[in-house]
Amino acid sequence: MRVPLSWLREYVELPAEVTARQLAAKLISAGLEVETVDELGTDITGPIVVGRVATIEELTEFKKPIRFCTVDVGQANGTGAPQEIVCGARNFAEGDLVVVSLPGAVLPGGFAIGARTTYGRMSAGMICSASELQLWDDPSGIIVLPAGIAEPGSDAYALLGVRDDVLDIAVTPDRGYALSMRGVAREAAALYDVAFTDPAGLAAPAVEKDGYPATVADSAICGRYVLRGATGFDPALPSPPWMRRRLHMAGIRSVSLAVDVTNYVMVETGQPLHAWDRATVQGPIRVRLAEPGEKLETLDHVVRTLDPDDILIADDSGPINIAGVMGGLSTEISGTSTDILIEAAHFADTHIARASRRHQLSSESSRRFERGVDSAVQVAAATRAVTLLAELGGAVVEDAITHVHGTTPRAPITIAAGHAGRVAGVDYPVETEIARLRLVGCEVEADGDTLTVTPPTWRPDLTDPNDLAEEVIRYEGYENIPAIRPRAVAGRGLTRSQRLRRAVGRTLADTGFSEVLNYPFVGERDLDALQLPADDSRRVALRLANPLNDDEPLLRTTLLPGLFKTVARNVGRGFADVALFESGLVYRPRPGAPEVAPILAVDRGPTPQERAGLDAAIPDQPRRVGAVLAGQRERAGWWGPGRAATWADAVHAAREVAAVAGVRLDARAAQHAPWHPGRCAALYAGATLVGHAGELHPRVTKAYGLPERTVAMEVELDLVEGLARSGQAPEVATYPVASQDVALVVDAGVPAGEVEAALREGAGALLESIALFDVYTGEQVGQGNKSLAYALRLRASDRTLTAEEATAARDSAVALAAERTGAVLRG
Amino acid sequence: MSAPNNSHDPVEAHALNPDEVARMRAEAMEAVAAANSLDQLKEVRIAHAGDRSPLALANREIGGLPPAAKADAGKRVGGARREISEAFKTRQAELEEERDARVLVEEAVDVTLSFDPIPRGARHPLTTVAERMTDIFVGMGFEVAEGPEVEAEWYNFDALNFLPDHPARSMQDTFFVEGPGGAHSGLVLRTHTSPVQVRALLDRDAPVYVVAPGKTFRTDELDATHSPVFHQLEGLVVDEGITLAHLRGAIQVFVERMFGEGLRTRMRPSYFPFTEPSAEVDMECFVCRGASVGDPDAPCRTCSSEGWIEIGGCGVMNPRVLTAAGVDTERYSGWAFGLGIERTLMFAHGVKDMHDMVEGDVRFTAAFGMEI
Repeated sequence: MRVPLSWLREYVELPAEVTARQLAAKLISAGLEVETVDELGTDITGPIVVGRVATIEELTEFKKPIRFCTVDVGQANGTGAPQEIVCGARNFAEGDLVVVSLPGAVLPGGFAIGARTTYGRMSAGMICSASELQLWDDPSGIIVLPAGIAEPGSDAYALLGVRDDVLDIAVTPDRGYALSMRGVAREAAALYDVAFTDPAGLAAPAVEKDGYPATVADSAICGRYVLRGATGFDPALPSPPWMRRRLHMAGIRSVSLAVDVTNYVMVETGQPLHAWDRATVQGPIRVRLAEPGEKLETLDHVVRTLDPDDILIADDSGPINIAGVMGGLSTEISGTSTDILIEAAHFADTHIARASRRHQLSSESSRRFERGVDSAVQVAAATRAVTLLAELGGAVVEDAITHVHGTTPRAPITIAAGHAGRVAGVDYPVETEIARLRLVGCEVEADGDTLTVTPPTWRPDLTDPNDLAEEVIRYEGYENIPAIRPRAVAGRGLTRSQRLRRAVGRTLADTGFSEVLNYPFVGERDLDALQLPADDSRRVALRLANPLNDDEPLLRTTLLPGLFKTVARNVGRGFADVALFESGLVYRPRPGAPEVAPILAVDRGPTPQERAGLDAAIPDQPRRVGAVLAGQRERAGWWGPGRAATWADAVHAAREVAAVAGVRLDARAAQHAPWHPGRCAALYAGATLVGHAGELHPRVTKAYGLPERTVAMEVELDLVEGLARSGQAPEVATYPVASQDVALVVDAGVPAGEVEAALREGAGALLESIALFDVYTGEQVGQGNKSLAYALRLRASDRTLTAEEATAARDSAVALAAERTGAVLRG
Repeated sequence: MSAPNNSHDPVEAHALNPDEVARMRAEAMEAVAAANSLDQLKEVRIAHAGDRSPLALANREIGGLPPAAKADAGKRVGGARREISEAFKTRQAELEEERDARVLVEEAVDVTLSFDPIPRGARHPLTTVAERMTDIFVGMGFEVAEGPEVEAEWYNFDALNFLPDHPARSMQDTFFVEGPGGAHSGLVLRTHTSPVQVRALLDRDAPVYVVAPGKTFRTDELDATHSPVFHQLEGLVVDEGITLAHLRGAIQVFVERMFGEGLRTRMRPSYFPFTEPSAEVDMECFVCRGASVGDPDAPCRTCSSEGWIEIGGCGVMNPRVLTAAGVDTERYSGWAFGLGIERTLMFAHGVKDMHDMVEGDVRFTAAFGMEI
């Protein structure tokens, strides 16, 4: 809502010294969010006056017709002689009143007006268009003022409202009344405690009968319906400059006098109006819901299929308006309309809101209806409009008026006295509470400790006791609410899961990974690029109905596509060695879930069954951690060569993550997209598969533009958390360690993990740790074999091991490895 | 009791005769003096003062001497060993001194050589700033509640008093999840962290003091100040006798802990369906503390010389929300707030452009390290 200060001052007796910025601050403190204060016309200075065109000489020797004019500007030029001005516009005649910038004036953009030779003549000034003065948009030529509006030489600033301050207010959905000069003026009057003049405070006509015939099918769709006519309107008359200027400042385009009047009254009173050319309306008007299949071509030349939920205005020809949203083309006011029918109605806000969304038509009218208009202002608004048509357009106001109303008076709200204070934490006297509510326009009756409050018709948002409390508190000042510091409550701190998540992030960052937070949007293209088989569960993704990017309508089922893209972006920016990780949710449709999440009641809490039913419809959203490494894991430098990241780094990163939770991961060879089929580890915590790691498939690195041999891991953190162990104090034995090295030759296809597991088990309780320190293939161990060398550390908690005991443990380990894997002790 | 050993063989105790001891002593002293490095000295020590050195072996023989000879031999051998030990200590000190003076200097390296074989990673500043904000409330006794990102409309809207056709519902620019075959699913990407309010109230008995940091989604195109995916920190208190003043107090504590003691806060009336009364909260600019207002010579980039920074929305919980969550509104009242985490990071750490927080450029993240 754009509010020109000069317009506002018509209804509120603000002290003259109050500036727009001061007013804005007051309004903000009361809940009207003034976003900007535009100081219009401050870049226009110098003499700008009214002139009367005395003579016009047509200059025809140029490419376009040019006029050399003499203009009477009174004494404004200091001499009283006619001002000689060359002008390119043609929409004026001798004797017309125009607006003249005299030499010395500066127009927007620093455009200085002077005397200069142009088209072979001396031109001393400029005849101005509305656009040049930024008054309103009008490409048709210069401003021609109505005859008699002012004397030549008089100042044009005040006449045209060149300088004005406009408050731009972002009106919250509860304050529909503030979408009018009337509503903002009422707030300003209350805040400054000054008089308010209601522009809708017009006397209602004495007789309400014989108006244009109209019926309302159901008062639930239209609580009040008013029609008023004006005849003999002169369609050739333009809107007066002040009206065009005000509408322009309010952000509304000037169309024609009849339409401008409806918009002007709407901005003034908040009541959307519609004007018909009465000659085009056929028979009685009916307000009803649309019937299936009905169509209407609206003013924007779109033929719209109407929904049975749309409120319609229909005549004998069928639909002529989508009520409160947009008019029909066939009954539009035209350049020949002389008899005008003005409609002012109170339509049901929810119907208008739905229709506006359905037809994707958000109009000045629908915005106001959605937020709730005054349910009693319609007669006054229609009357104001026809009065203006008479004053400005030469029309005659018809006495007859149509007034159909089925509104019932609002039920009062009962609150306990002192309620506002109990909400605010401030002890307001009850007289203050009552006075503030009355200031808002409420009727208040006090009965003991109870207040019975009837909100005014223009405040449909006031429905609950807390709504009333807010009105009291905002006028008493939010700034006067004390700050009571919270008492410490015995909170339980972070949960173990929350602490683990933080620790996982710190661990990965400590080991060289940078955290990223990718968008969860992916496309089919990603699922293909990952080389996922047709039956892969990660292809079953949730789909957005309204994605930002049509190529990415799906929600991720894996973190990897986002990580790949971010790695590629970093590589593209010159960082060939990248290690990134993300911790975030993936989204998994739940098989067998209800197809629609139910909407539960809101007038009570859900039953456990209702809640379980609702939660069953919500997809699984497990948390995962993913990491990707490209390029060098260890950099080359003066200390030696670097080391490229390998599958093993990816597996290690996954193990580090699990280790934070005290969970050990075992690797098993796996074939799982998007990994290299020979270099992918499935990672198990006990029997639970928690993720995968390894080198990426070359097709994947190609599809995402990643460096070759990029490696990645992804682990479902929720699964790891579920298996998390709290550490238990070990027995720290102080007896000496016995080290035993074994080198075993096995078939090259035997996984080292199996050999190690056998050694571990075979060595028994004395084994403290085992480490693989060498892997060898070559002639010495025979073709198709490999040698694995392990260091076993043995220790007893209660004695120094003898050489015999250590050897026995080693032999037992080797024996089990031999039995399980065919391992042979290397000679 | 055994008889004294009178039948010892003096030949076997040759090592103990005075000349021999003197010789061993002299040999040892010579070797100590000849040692030119700590390594050599270590070898000399093993040869002449170790367990297998001649004097150590001689010492063992003393036990076999007649009692009269024992004391004498003991004195001789012990004296020699003491002297040698002293000489070792002296020579050790000399050589260490020499090493300190010469060798360590020769071993000097250029310690300015850069060494960073595995550059450290970093946590995303949105993560760490959210943790810091969260921890301030955890310090006040709050717990951290969570909820899903794909959320039921009932939690995201209806239970929060967003009526089906109210304009507030369309204000939210919601991502809707399709049901099977493109049908309505009743699921959305949550547009705010506020549905966690309802979940927290259903999961816990009053009194409830929780915060809920998390991801939120709206259909805004990415630009310098908007992102379709962003983060909020929700706060919620439900207890007996809770008022706007308690809300203001909690926010005041948060602002002081996060940005500096003594910073003022202010509330302006606003509108949210789930709070009534509602407010926007501003804090005094922690950089200029209002000094830049009206002073064009000293503009403040943090607050655009307005003196105040908007930090979020809040209000007294609308009793309708408590009702939908099954809370007895006769007994309990509450407050809620929502703070923007991106916004906090932007003004607290000078982030200029939303793209930086979204793109995952390692240089941006590295600047913030492990904690913020």
